[in-house]
Amino acid sequence: MTSHTDIDATATGEAMIAMSRVEKWYGAFKALTDINLAVRKGERIVLCGPSGSGKSTLIRCINHLESYQKGEIRVGGTLLGNNARTIDAVRREVGMVFQHFNLFPHMTVLQNCMLAPMRSLGASKAEAEASARSLLGRVKIVEQADKYPAQLSGGQQQRVAIARALCMRPKVMLFDEPTSALDPEMVKEVLDTMIGLAEEGMTMICVTHEMGFARKVADRVIFMSEGEIVEEAPPAAFFTAPRQERTRKFLGEILHAH
Amino acid sequence: MNYQLDFTPVIEGLPALLSACLGTFTLALGGMALAIVIGIGGVVLRDSHFAPARWLVKSFVELIRNTPFLVQIYFIYFALPLAGVRLDPTPTAVIALGINGGAYAIEIIRGGVQSISKGQIEAGLALGLHKAQVFRLIVLKPALRAIFPSLTSQFVLLTLTTSICSAISAYELTSVAQRIESDSFRSFEVFGTITLFYLVISWVMMRFFALISARYFSYPVK
Repeated sequence: MTSHTDIDATATGEAMIAMSRVEKWYGAFKALTDINLAVRKGERIVLCGPSGSGKSTLIRCINHLESYQKGEIRVGGTLLGNNARTIDAVRREVGMVFQHFNLFPHMTVLQNCMLAPMRSLGASKAEAEASARSLLGRVKIVEQADKYPAQLSGGQQQRVAIARALCMRPKVMLFDEPTSALDPEMVKEVLDTMIGLAEEGMTMICVTHEMGFARKVADRVIFMSEGEIVEEAPPAAFFTAPRQERTRKFLGEILHAH
Repeated sequence: MNYQLDFTPVIEGLPALLSACLGTFTLALGGMALAIVIGIGGVVLRDSHFAPARWLVKSFVELIRNTPFLVQIYFIYFALPLAGVRLDPTPTAVIALGINGGAYAIEIIRGGVQSISKGQIEAGLALGLHKAQVFRLIVLKPALRAIFPSLTSQFVLLTLTTSICSAISAYELTSVAQRIESDSFRSFEVFGTITLFYLVISWVMMRFFALISARYFSYPVK
């Protein structure tokens, strides 16, 4: 289980993300309870749990798409406060990929990828385009650069969304159920892209039910239930010897379904 | 019916009527430009975190949409001089049309903005863009696309509303037609003719908006 050693890791500057005693409320509903999580540089975390368990809420707190009420979150040493300065600083370091891709429909693939580097980082058009083309090449979709999102398949759109996030040269990537909205035959191309990213040493937190992916790339699998971190372990131990009853029950359900 | 049609005054007045059409276009386009600015600005304020701004915009929309345009244009025409601003009828008409059209545009554009999914906004924020950038670069264009047909019919209506500006003798088609009619008493011929002119003007406006739509809003969507 998480302990205060994780918070100590922040102090040494080793942790890329450090959440300590984070609590999040929606009115009277407590969405996150006492979240302690430290993610080292290059570490790959898979976050799983039943729907409504707070996994998405947790990663959305990291780039402040959700505010939190208690505890603290540090990203790359920046304490994420409720102010524009730290929120901006953190968002520039953290890329996010969404379940529904959220590509901008009125821009071509290339424009989707160039927008934020130009508007947020002040990159020149030439720089942004070169970088966008190279990252689109990395997700193997560069030939679609001048198409609009609606002209692409779901899997292609999600790979563009990954490239778009990478164009900001993030230190951390957050994936919020990136394959849940995809037709089954498109899941693999997106997972392969994510595996490639993991192999290059990207720090990643992935909310996903793709247990094959977790087995293959995760350094740690974290199981959440009812807003709490119930269990975390390396994948081998997590899948073969879950310690908590709630984890066993969840794994039983999800592995049967697959 | 022994009425003898006589189009002579209309034919003699044709140059005046045709150039008055340009006056109508000027009022309409000026009014639309102002209405768009008020519409977009109003939406930003209407959904801002600053309560007095929200209240102000809501009141403005209610005030304008629940009073007659004729009264509004009289009010502006006769009230502004009291505040020390003396404007010619034509600028006054543009302002009145812009304010009136703007109040409707706020409600229409707001509907478009609300139709944009939260995911679009979140994607922009997660990429490090500020809220204002997200609105301008990500939300605005798809929002305008979504409501463009409604905005088009509102603006065609605004074009036809220019005729009411004859009440302050702004330079436009109806006021010139009234002058010809009062000189000649050929009411049927004069107003029959400008009815056709207005049909053409509306058609031109609709073509104009169709071109804008084809130019800016033709990206494919699912």
